[in-house]
Amino acid sequence: MRSLYISYFSEFYKSRKTLAFWAAIILPILICGLIAFGFYSSSDRVLKSNYPGLILWAQYSGAALNVMGMLILPFYVMFMAFSVNNIEHKNDTWKTLFSQPLNKFSIYAAKYLYALTLLFICLFLFATLTFASGHLLQLLVPKYTFNDYNPLLILVKFYSKLFLASLGILSLQFILSLIWSDFLKPMGIGFVGTIAGIITANVGWKHAYLIPYSDPTLALRVTRAKGAKIEDFPIFTQEIWVSVIFAIALFIIGYFILSKRNIK
Amino acid sequence: MSNFAIETVGLTYNFGSQTVVKDLSLQVPKGSIYGFLGPNGAGKTTTIKILLNLLQSPSDQVFIFGKEINANRIASLKRMGALVEQPAIYGHLTGKENLVNRCILLGIKKSKYTDMLNIVGLTDAANKKAAQYSLGMKQRLGIALALISDPELLLLDEPTNGLDPNGIIEIRNLMIDLTTKHGKTILVSSHLLAEIERTATHVGIINKGQLLFQGTINELQDLSKPSVKIETNNQEKAIATLVNAGAEIVQQNEQTISVTFKTKADMGNMNTLLVQNGITVFSIGKERKDLENLFLDITSKN
Repeated sequence: MRSLYISYFSEFYKSRKTLAFWAAIILPILICGLIAFGFYSSSDRVLKSNYPGLILWAQYSGAALNVMGMLILPFYVMFMAFSVNNIEHKNDTWKTLFSQPLNKFSIYAAKYLYALTLLFICLFLFATLTFASGHLLQLLVPKYTFNDYNPLLILVKFYSKLFLASLGILSLQFILSLIWSDFLKPMGIGFVGTIAGIITANVGWKHAYLIPYSDPTLALRVTRAKGAKIEDFPIFTQEIWVSVIFAIALFIIGYFILSKRNIK
Repeated sequence: MSNFAIETVGLTYNFGSQTVVKDLSLQVPKGSIYGFLGPNGAGKTTTIKILLNLLQSPSDQVFIFGKEINANRIASLKRMGALVEQPAIYGHLTGKENLVNRCILLGIKKSKYTDMLNIVGLTDAANKKAAQYSLGMKQRLGIALALISDPELLLLDEPTNGLDPNGIIEIRNLMIDLTTKHGKTILVSSHLLAEIERTATHVGIINKGQLLFQGTINELQDLSKPSVKIETNNQEKAIATLVNAGAEIVQQNEQTISVTFKTKADMGNMNTLLVQNGITVFSIGKERKDLENLFLDITSKN
């Protein structure tokens, strides 16, 4: 346990000056900032539609959620999984890392956990900033109806779904980046996977949920039981299960790959 | 308890079908500076990686302080510090941050980095990004990283690579200091004998994965027997005369003959003998093969 904590802490220490770490913070700030600015500067047009609170929140948060689920999130996950591993490939430090008196599994698990943390920070900021900036807009443009509805539960549920749905991609990309030191292979595979994921999800192929890359897109499609409240939708749908199962299986496989591999 | 810091017993290691290390039996006594010599590609780095358990050795072949490495990986690594090939340094971190990161991983006090920077003379460059370091500075930082946990056993793979003569002398003195004053054991690999001749107490020579010589530096020196090198105006006659007199010809080329050295008096007698037989002796002198040639001899034999 101590080994794991030490390795995890060291991951933070050594990557705190890298883009992968800052991207987790800058990305939500940038995107939420842009959307908020859009809603502020063209408030006249938005106000014309006379949205009630719930719909306004849906429009507002949807602007971030939709691009996230489709494109930004898979690419961020790919880039981050690459970056967490590349820090060792680039500096040729795998051998030093594995000659420290630390449990091999801890070193591996700490890296994975760190990637998971970055993903969590990124999505947590998205949710928080969406919520906060909505209320800020309300202050700036008093005619908005953001105060009429509390979107907290919906936001938390959607972003939780998104987090869980991207675990499959994360684990897959993590292994690819662990095996290959170059940028092109994991990125190329990830890119093709993402495109395939978007296409299969959008044409409504019934087995699309089995491809981890289409899970974030699918996760955002919500079906509710008739007459159910707007907040009532299940988190653990089949694509979430697929993603989580993929993540766990690949995490274990990744460790076996690493422990069998001789460190060059 | 074993008296060896490192002991390998018939260690064999293959990369696929290629045997990189063959029946290697290293014995590195505690407190020694063990010079691990061999030409490039002899299997030195592979051996060091096996000693660090980076490459999986067959069980019961590698022992660190008497303990089998696979079964005691973490305990063994705790007692070791290593510099393997090019120093592995995070280029985007400063020298200081590299050391602090290692302290975190080792669970030791972060303030230790100041001592280390001092020892390797990098205090002034502490806040410079390691990617901007020169090769010599990187090497020093690598040594500092290996030393920071105050390990009993140091594995240094060509530590003076890229260092200037001053740096080489500093590292040499540091190694002597560490073993004599602090009781450490050091295994230092090199492809140049001259480089470790002055510091090493023990030597192991490896080529093509096989150990060709192992022993103290004096034992290595004893291997090179002194000879008498003679230059005359009549090579053939000189050889015939000397062989008749019972001398043992070690080597001969167009101009000179080398004969086993026995005593100074014997050398004088040979001179007299040659002159009395009407041969002009241009030069005669005692010669000792230097270790470098000996090393080349040993490694080129197989």
